[in-house]
Amino acid sequence: MNLLNISGSPHVHSDESTKKIMWRVNLALVPALLCAIAYFGLNALLVSLVSVASCVLFQWLIEKFILKQKSTISDGSAIVTGLLLAFNVPATAQMLWIVIIGALVAIGIGKMSFGGLGKNPFNPALVGRVFLLISFPVQMTTWPAVGGLFPMSLDVTTGATPLGILKEEGMAGMPQAWDLFLGHVGGSLGEVSAIAILIGAFYLLCRKVITWHIPVAFIGTAFIFSGILWLINPEQYLDPLSSILAGGIMLGACFMATDMVTSPMAKSGQLIFGFGCGLLTIVIRNWGAYPEGVSFAILIMNSVVPLLNRWCKPKRFAV
Amino acid sequence: MTHDILIAVLILGALGVLFAVVLYIVAQKFKVVEDPLIDEVAEVLPGANCGGCGKAGCRAFAEACVAQGNMEGLRCAPGGDAVAAKVAELLGCAVAQGEPQVAVVRCNPANCGEKRKSNYDGLRSCAFQATVYTGEGGCPFGCLGCGDCVAACQFDAIHMGANGVPVVDEEKCTACGACAKACPRRIIELRPKGKMNRRVYVSCVNKEKGAEARKSCGNACIGCGKCEKACPFDAVHVTDNVAYIDPTKCKSCRKCVVECPTGAIHDVNFPAPAKKPEAPKPAPEKLEVPVAEKVEVKQ
Amino acid sequence: MRTFRMGGVHPEENKISNDAAIEVMPVGKQMVVLMNQHLGAPATPVVQKGDKVKVGQLIGEAQTFMCANVHSPVSGTVLKVDTCKDAFGLSKPAVYITVEGDEWMETIDRTPDIKRECTLEPKEIVAKLKEMGIVGLGGATFPTHIKYSIPEGKKAEYLIVNAAECEPYLTSDYRVMMEHAEEVCIGVSILRKALGVPNAYIGIESNKPLAIAKMQEMAKGFEGIIIEPLKVKYPQGAEKQLINAVTGRKVPSGKLPIDVGCVVSNLGSCFAVYEAIQKNKPLIENILTVTGKELPSQHNYVVRIGTTYNEIISHSIGQLPETTGKVISGGTMMGKAVVNLDAPTVKGNSSVLVIGEKEARRAEETNCIRCGKCMHACPMGLEPYLFSALVKNNKVEEAKAHNILDCIECGCCFFSCPANKPLTDEIRLGKNKVRAMMAAKK
Repeated sequence: MNLLNISGSPHVHSDESTKKIMWRVNLALVPALLCAIAYFGLNALLVSLVSVASCVLFQWLIEKFILKQKSTISDGSAIVTGLLLAFNVPATAQMLWIVIIGALVAIGIGKMSFGGLGKNPFNPALVGRVFLLISFPVQMTTWPAVGGLFPMSLDVTTGATPLGILKEEGMAGMPQAWDLFLGHVGGSLGEVSAIAILIGAFYLLCRKVITWHIPVAFIGTAFIFSGILWLINPEQYLDPLSSILAGGIMLGACFMATDMVTSPMAKSGQLIFGFGCGLLTIVIRNWGAYPEGVSFAILIMNSVVPLLNRWCKPKRFAV
Repeated sequence: MTHDILIAVLILGALGVLFAVVLYIVAQKFKVVEDPLIDEVAEVLPGANCGGCGKAGCRAFAEACVAQGNMEGLRCAPGGDAVAAKVAELLGCAVAQGEPQVAVVRCNPANCGEKRKSNYDGLRSCAFQATVYTGEGGCPFGCLGCGDCVAACQFDAIHMGANGVPVVDEEKCTACGACAKACPRRIIELRPKGKMNRRVYVSCVNKEKGAEARKSCGNACIGCGKCEKACPFDAVHVTDNVAYIDPTKCKSCRKCVVECPTGAIHDVNFPAPAKKPEAPKPAPEKLEVPVAEKVEVKQ
Repeated sequence: MRTFRMGGVHPEENKISNDAAIEVMPVGKQMVVLMNQHLGAPATPVVQKGDKVKVGQLIGEAQTFMCANVHSPVSGTVLKVDTCKDAFGLSKPAVYITVEGDEWMETIDRTPDIKRECTLEPKEIVAKLKEMGIVGLGGATFPTHIKYSIPEGKKAEYLIVNAAECEPYLTSDYRVMMEHAEEVCIGVSILRKALGVPNAYIGIESNKPLAIAKMQEMAKGFEGIIIEPLKVKYPQGAEKQLINAVTGRKVPSGKLPIDVGCVVSNLGSCFAVYEAIQKNKPLIENILTVTGKELPSQHNYVVRIGTTYNEIISHSIGQLPETTGKVISGGTMMGKAVVNLDAPTVKGNSSVLVIGEKEARRAEETNCIRCGKCMHACPMGLEPYLFSALVKNNKVEEAKAHNILDCIECGCCFFSCPANKPLTDEIRLGKNKVRAMMAAKK
């Protein structure tokens, strides 16, 4: 007979694991990926593949040769980072090499320099994305025009994002909210279709990977705040529905702000976090230099998370 | 234009003056007067903050020294006599002398590694494992092998050995006592280093009765008392079924080592051939590693 | 349906021995009776080598406050008074008895008749509980007579009987309800009388509909016994959570149930109380589940205290299966892993649970991903992930400030942790450190 195992109680586990959580997130990102391929064609697929492959490779290299520890690439977190990074860049052929640099920054600086999964204060994909946005402003804002389903041409035809149009031309050129919802607009790879993102988010909610607190607080705040601005001056400010559908709010609220590692743990903290993200996004959009502010908003709120974890405690029993 | 520059200069200048005043007031108000001697004493301490002196760290030790004015009851084990002399000079008091000590691990399990009786699958902490059960070897007094002592050591002087029991690096050990405090089974003891680093000690703390102790571990002290009788200097005594060698009386004659039927008494750093011929009769089946070999591991 | 408010998990119930009727385990050739079978100091042996003892005779006397009497579970001759290794390999004082025949004390009523009337006064009931060595059989083995001696200035308003049996696998309480419902109700009435409270609530998890129906039927014949079906959620049977579920009251941090007017007893204890008060039978038997997915058959037994684990195993299933990974005394959430199968059972043992090799091993620990699942699972509203970090870094003061001592060690945090961190272990270690620090300060 085997030796008896001895440990303190409990002797049973829910079978939940980091690996399972990460693979569920990957699965939840698939609808948005399919949508992107449908709208932007092969480029979207290639950019995603390169991004994921380089994230996994960099994590493996760093763990093997620098940290000299057991590889953790099988937990799927590098794939999540890779997908989210790809979702945040335009689906153009020139991104194929730029996204590799983004992956290095995301994994190397954003994640592994802090000690790997679970120890990074900032969302690694966003660190990579913001690095690229600042380093390659032209390439990062050269958007491919949306083709029909499965466009075969790989030529870059420059389109513009709804928020870009807003910043440059004002309200006149804005697409309809319905187009925004389906994603028939220009933009980053994974952010264009709200419906695909919501399907993924719904799956995550059902599997209890995320809770409603952050997305609802994020999107709700953005909706209300932009609504107030719109009521004050509908000429200058975008209507609230288009505000939350355009740009990266959906993707950011459902997949990036809800990243467990870089969001608060208590529900009250999550609400404050989502509120801050929504507020900052609208502020940056309307008064900042960039047309979009989701990445910056989430990164800024990421830095507040340790404080939120300190302030927002769960309600104790009998207190 | 000049007007603008003037305004900027004035504003910044005014701010500068304002902050300077604020800083000055704050600095005066929250000034902490501290004996400069504390800094001087802290300077000569090793600075490892090992806590071996019982204080929170080296600076706390320095404060205690200065507050007391002498070194009575205060000793920095890692620094040893050299540091004691320096501190005493700064304080202007007599030097506190102490014999150099070293940490000694008093366990030599026969039931570890391949021979363990169960598989511990919980938190890797001796302190916790001790609250769960006897440990993998099955001895309720034995080493648990999770390395709380290794984690406690600030000097990299103690490491887990091949047989699942920690081994002290004599060169690095400063006898700060952190490992002894960390061990939930109180296996580690600080003992005088001995002449030429040679010392004799009972490598077991099992208080069970002979037969039970033997069942727990082949190398256990069974409290038979042979060592007590063999000792010409009244240094060995059996209390609670376990022998203990008083280091102040022991003259390192090693008569007890030869007598011990289970090989529980260890002599370290003695020239090897001396004990080869009269190596203890092999204890029945369970004693699988002869004593001589074990000592070599230690060196 | 009632339940406690926050946290909790729902492990697989695995009540596979539900339908196995209680059998009587035969007595072995030799019995070893440990002297500390309860929370507190060990009892003092009052027999010597060579003494003849009968079943139910006092062999260990409670001489300190926090202690309980120990009685001989068999008749025969005292072989020796020595030490014996308990289930965890630690030496404990014990009395060894060579079994001869099965001669019971004359005072014990062994007839199958059910005696409903109890004429004793509350004080006499408590005194008799002490005499009979009754302890809480829910796991903590707290001496029952101490619990029912209500301190000056406090007043009991509720008697709550814990029949939730929220632990996976365990079915002994369920079997007792199914087979001894009337005795249990009499026991509850006696305890109700001892406390002088109008109502007693029996909390039963709703995954035992037959037991609920049976008890409800039986309770009709008794005054002031109310059956309270509870939601299936672990740790429904934890003292503070049960009080919260049944009465809505909350026992504050560092206080006892009696501070909010509640007394909680386990269902098994109520049956033992019946036998002690009405039948003069001391606590010499356990009702114990032998279960496990790997086992060929599932059993519920009434076992004399002092029977070894090996005897129970060989009688019930012959031998442990090859694939055995762990033997647990108690349920999978709060039970203790047994290392020494030659050890005798003690009061309060509720099961011999065998877990397969695969399930027994804990998965490898990975980095905390700050998901907060431990926090949301904690029924006390604590932050296990934080304790883990604080304990690792020896920040004992800070751990205490974050109320580490409130932890009830239910194991929900480890259960729900996706990183497999041994959170419950770390918190226990932390609690020990905090207690050591507090003791050092005094």
